[in-house]
Amino acid sequence: MSTTEQRRKAPAGERVADWADGRLGIYSLAKANMRKIFPDHWSFMLGEVCLYSFLIIILTGVYLTLFFHPSMEEVVYHGSYVPLQGVRVSEAFNSTMHISFDVRGGLLIRQIHHWAALVFLAGMFVHMMRVFFTGAFRKPREINWLFGFLLFVLGVFTGFTGYSLPDDLLSGTGVRFTEGAILSVPVVGTYISMFLFGGEFPGADIVPRFYSIHILLLPGIMLGLVVAHLILVIYHKHTQFPGPGRTEKNVVGMPLLPVYMAKAGGFFFLVFGVIAAVAALATINPIWDFGPYRPDHVSTGAQPDWYMGFAEGLVRVMPGWEINVAGHTLVLGVFIPIVIFPLVLIAIGIYPFIESWVTGDKREHHLLDRPRNAPTRTAFGAAWIAEYFVLLIGGGNDLWATHFHLSINSITWFVRIAFFVVPVLVFIATKRVCLGLQRRDRDKVLHGRETGIIKRLPHGEFIEVHEPLSQDQLHTLTAHEQPRPLELEPEVDENGVARKAGAGQKLRVKLSRGFYGEGSQIPKPTAEEYQEITSGHGHH
Amino acid sequence: MKKLSARRRHPLAAVVVLLFALAVTGGLYAAFAPASTAKADDSAQSLAIEEGKKLYSTGCATCHGIGGQGTSDGPSLVGVGSAAVDFQVGTGRMPAQQPGAQVPRKKKIYSQAEIDQLAAYIASLGAGPSVPTKDQYSPNGADIAKGGELFRTNCAQCHNATGKGGALSNGKFAPSLEDVDPKHIYEAMQTGPQNMPSFPDTTMSEKNKKDIIAYLDAVDTKKSENPGGLELGGLGPVSEGLFAWIFGLGALVAVAIWVAARTAKAKKS
Repeated sequence: MSTTEQRRKAPAGERVADWADGRLGIYSLAKANMRKIFPDHWSFMLGEVCLYSFLIIILTGVYLTLFFHPSMEEVVYHGSYVPLQGVRVSEAFNSTMHISFDVRGGLLIRQIHHWAALVFLAGMFVHMMRVFFTGAFRKPREINWLFGFLLFVLGVFTGFTGYSLPDDLLSGTGVRFTEGAILSVPVVGTYISMFLFGGEFPGADIVPRFYSIHILLLPGIMLGLVVAHLILVIYHKHTQFPGPGRTEKNVVGMPLLPVYMAKAGGFFFLVFGVIAAVAALATINPIWDFGPYRPDHVSTGAQPDWYMGFAEGLVRVMPGWEINVAGHTLVLGVFIPIVIFPLVLIAIGIYPFIESWVTGDKREHHLLDRPRNAPTRTAFGAAWIAEYFVLLIGGGNDLWATHFHLSINSITWFVRIAFFVVPVLVFIATKRVCLGLQRRDRDKVLHGRETGIIKRLPHGEFIEVHEPLSQDQLHTLTAHEQPRPLELEPEVDENGVARKAGAGQKLRVKLSRGFYGEGSQIPKPTAEEYQEITSGHGHH
Repeated sequence: MKKLSARRRHPLAAVVVLLFALAVTGGLYAAFAPASTAKADDSAQSLAIEEGKKLYSTGCATCHGIGGQGTSDGPSLVGVGSAAVDFQVGTGRMPAQQPGAQVPRKKKIYSQAEIDQLAAYIASLGAGPSVPTKDQYSPNGADIAKGGELFRTNCAQCHNATGKGGALSNGKFAPSLEDVDPKHIYEAMQTGPQNMPSFPDTTMSEKNKKDIIAYLDAVDTKKSENPGGLELGGLGPVSEGLFAWIFGLGALVAVAIWVAARTAKAKKS
């Protein structure tokens, strides 16, 4: 029959698509989304680095669960690593040793898993900073900012629980540190510790508990957040840097299919390749060197992975204060740092909401800011990073001491002072640098690019030739808007009724002046100024 | 004899007898008294002590005092034993370059023969631990795993789990133990140099010291295996974090820039 003949003619791909569409209704979904546009910029791929390393972590993690035994039962090690043969170790340590030395490809997979985790966290950090400095968190993306922020925080804790699973000397010391931090919490600390460890430290429960948190609870939440994060990226459409032809209402770039599919797919393999190469070349977490954890053992140079390093720094540099009240000891030397620990993270997490409150800006933004054009935000971000790195120095104070031949006490004191001073200095310096760059942009627009060519005029005067910018460049340098600071409404309204501004409103106006007032932005050149200057001589 | 006896009551007779007696006593003493170290004994040990004393006077006495009794610049060396000298001078720590929180290891400037002489001299000042024999410190046949446990119990808190070293307060430090001569490790445990506590045989038996040496020999020498690849200093998460940022994320950013720079071109029509 002719109808069957026609059916046979349809290509295989079309038939499969037709089959799937008939059952899943994917046609309209694909039609709507396959032509999503993504703009080209390397910094927009940082999020992809995070996504792919997360996938790599899940894939390698699944492999590791096939061989890892989350148990603290004591066994004697009889594997192939000679220096530990005959040592009593926990089953968790034993199975990690087994993975590392006796499972085919086990050590490589373990190292990929751990290196990918470090890269994942570092990638999220940098991705978050990209979003921060370009103002991509502004309406409508505040919720997505929060999702990303939560992913970072959860990533920190997932990493920490994973780091603790092998029950080696290093991670055991980290868990001991955690126990100490929990115990320092007034009133409930001891109860929480007994609950978490199922009795006295270390007990036999902590590894199995961390295991279910590490492989199920936290990654499950994170996977959900990643999906939500991506759905919102597609829903909001991508942001873009200002440039000719780019507006708040369009996105200039390449379509998801086929260009970005190919690019992103290829990029996945590049990320996998780089991480696998790093894992194949360099050791990470050599538990055979650390040995099994025993509460009476400790090694110097015991640090957490880098993302927890700032918490380590807080505790290391805090003076060992304690107060004794009615027979109870309040260990401020540990308790204050663990209170500051979440505050450091929260400071960056809630900044977007503070900014939108201060500026009163409720409009949608799809064009990114160049960091220099938002000096206060840029300065805040730089100060936050500086604080983070100051604390990292504190966390590694012993290695700074041995490798730079310094006194560990001096480093500790440096960090104590720098904790308060450096962010302020960085804030001021960054703001000034931003303003300087704004001035330079203004000069470039009005006077053109300095060519470095010196010309002597007939009457003997030397001038440098300035080359006028192209129309595109002029647009890019002047596309940003310069908001005016909020002002207090007059104390008497139009009907002559006295009106009182609340303290909140006054603070808001003050902050707004700090953001946009005099000294916080260089007025960008107006069209009239440009006309006036360019209509005259070639140079200025 | 008559002549002699006739003069026995001479007023000077007593003087003559006294002189004679003194001469005999002195002569006998000269003949039989124990010879002074400088001259009479020529055994190897005392020669070494003598040479050691000379070396000591030139190189060490400024800080440790002429008789090794110590000064405000250096501790007393009475009773530290030859092991301490062999360690301090054999690793180049002594003579010290400059005062400071801790005297670092450097190129040794005395030959082993001179060190032995110095050690003999210091040992002669008072009893102390002596230089171990090869049997005592050789890692052969010792229990590596046991040594590892002992190392983690007693040493790792300052020297790091595989002996990479670590910081102590106020600029002091526990040095790296990589490729340190087993003899020097033994001597350090025995004598407790500088900021290190000592582990005499009553605290840590000779066999246990051997086990520790065998453990370090297995994990902390240039020939030790690194199953995971580059060791990154063996310092744990700090160097790993640095490596992840620079070579992990750094490489990925470079790749991202490369990928982003290669965009699809619009078809020329």
